[in-house]
Amino acid sequence: MKWGMVIDLQKCTGCGECAAACKMENNVAIVEQKESEMGRTMLWMDMLTIYEGEYPRLRVRQIPRPCMHCDHPPCTKVCPVRATYINEEGIVAQIYPQCIGCRYCMAACPYTVKSFNWYKPEWPPGMARATNPDVSVRPVGVVEKCTFCVHRLQKAKEQAKFEARDLREGDFQPACADCCPTGAIVFGDLENRDHQVNHLAHSPRAEKLLEDLGTEPKVIYLKEVD
Amino acid sequence: MEHASARPHPDAALLNPIENPGRMYYYIVVGLLVIILYTGFVYIRQLWFGLGVTGMAQPVTWGFYIINFVFFIGISHAGTLISAILRLSKAEWRRPITRMAEVITAIVLAIGGLHPIIDLGRPDRISHLFFNGRLQSPLLWDVASITAYFTASTIYLYIPLIPDIAILRDRGVKPRWLYEFLSWGWQGTERQHKVLDRAMNILMVMVIPIAVSVHTIISYIFAMTVQPGWHSTIFGPYFVVGAIFSGIAAILVLMIVFRKVFHLEGYLKHIHFNYLSILLLIMSLIWFYFTFSEYLTGYYGHEPNEMRVFWYKFSGDFAPYFWAMIICNFALPVAILCNRKTRTIPGILIASLSVVVGMWMERLIIVVPSLANPRLPYPTGIYIPSHTEWMLFIGGISVFILGYMIFARFFPVISIWEIEEGRHESAKIVTERIASYMPDPEPSTAGE
Repeated sequence: MKWGMVIDLQKCTGCGECAAACKMENNVAIVEQKESEMGRTMLWMDMLTIYEGEYPRLRVRQIPRPCMHCDHPPCTKVCPVRATYINEEGIVAQIYPQCIGCRYCMAACPYTVKSFNWYKPEWPPGMARATNPDVSVRPVGVVEKCTFCVHRLQKAKEQAKFEARDLREGDFQPACADCCPTGAIVFGDLENRDHQVNHLAHSPRAEKLLEDLGTEPKVIYLKEVD
Repeated sequence: MEHASARPHPDAALLNPIENPGRMYYYIVVGLLVIILYTGFVYIRQLWFGLGVTGMAQPVTWGFYIINFVFFIGISHAGTLISAILRLSKAEWRRPITRMAEVITAIVLAIGGLHPIIDLGRPDRISHLFFNGRLQSPLLWDVASITAYFTASTIYLYIPLIPDIAILRDRGVKPRWLYEFLSWGWQGTERQHKVLDRAMNILMVMVIPIAVSVHTIISYIFAMTVQPGWHSTIFGPYFVVGAIFSGIAAILVLMIVFRKVFHLEGYLKHIHFNYLSILLLIMSLIWFYFTFSEYLTGYYGHEPNEMRVFWYKFSGDFAPYFWAMIICNFALPVAILCNRKTRTIPGILIASLSVVVGMWMERLIIVVPSLANPRLPYPTGIYIPSHTEWMLFIGGISVFILGYMIFARFFPVISIWEIEEGRHESAKIVTERIASYMPDPEPSTAGE
């Protein structure tokens, strides 16, 4: 089993719904504007602004960027305390109580996907009560990033076990895939031939970010063809 | 022995700072303590609020703390490594220099070694490194090599200090219990000298590979990632060269300061400065050679991400620092030290200070630009260190000065017994050694 994600850029409108859903789902802290301007915005799912071509044929677009969940993650190699590691289902996971906050993984990640809790995470009044009880709130001084909503996987597994059946394709979907209004984000098991991602990953349009680094990302983009 | 200190000692100038420290000493100590206390307060504030009080953000997640870590550990190569090399190569002019160099190492290593802990988001979890550490992470190699280096270099400082402590003990210098305890019953017997020599020989051979490994491994922290500007095979030796370079500059600065303050003109002669500054000149050229190969290969490879970092340094936001580094580390010291007329003590002081500053900038230029230019198109701001980071830098330097002052208050900064040994024995030993270099008289001509 190898969880992976396909993002169809033909369908993606760049609305940012995935980024918002992710932020709410995973209790990602909302930093003050001053902090945000310093570059301390915390987004597990970020929107990358890509400029293509030059004026007057310039094209600007926004593409979603979760953690790539590499098969050869540069971040787990350098972690001195196993606070980040790749599990047997291919998810590059974070163990917050283990992290010493050295930020080596952030420096080593070629996709720059990790966020750091520079201060104790805080929410505006009222929003604190809206946090998701399934996801731990991180303490100050640790690194965090997209986990492919691993808490949802745990829930789905429990449910499947309770119903004495195997995990079905739609059982486990991360928040971003769930919320995408155009269905551009497809999630599933890359090794399972019955799953949609398996087909899409072999599409001629499929490409990976910074593929030449040999990190083997499990987030696959389907490029636009006009 | 009560009145022994009244008797003039041949090396009275070396004992004077210990026996009569003077009032100025205490003023400076108080001044430094004020700075250090304030730094402590600033650090506690960082512990309380988190690393948010620094200027670091995404993507520049490493800043002053890591820069200063690399810088201080680099300076530490002054000591043990250089003193070991000079001792091992039997350079007779080493005698008044080795001790000073070793003290730099011990103090700076303690300060530098703390920097990664200051940089941690969760210093309270430092024990995870020992209980859950993973050997595949270069950070853990660092923990191992710095601990080894610190242990070896403090022992290497202490062992040759024992006969000097015994001199102070015999002169009845206070606090007596301290010298009594630390001198370990040294009587200067032949057997004791033999053991001491043996211990020093073992240590100086051991310390050289450890010292080389320390800065190689620090470079590995960067080189083991795939980031542009860091992922380079040359980094290990490049860092070691830079470390020795900055170390020699630091020794020269300290030698000039001590010569002035303690009136050691009789011990630290122009010849010592001349030899060491020529070493500094050579290191400057080697440093430039490494820098040149590093950037030229990067430029010719023309890999787009590599080039972004390259231009960021050469003509972008970091150009002022980059070109200042080239001037401080290469142009200025080479210009001063090449010419015998400018290779005077003030000239050497300027060159050494410029190298210390330049090497700090080199660390800055290695750490920040690679982080500031991520591969994917993120908005990137500029890294501006906060008041906290500046204070911890100034505090670190203050701890170094205070540490050195405390050492100089209790122990001689120039090895008295080694000077004495030099006076009595080395002329004979050197003559014999030189005779052994010369071709033996040919047996046939001798026979005729």
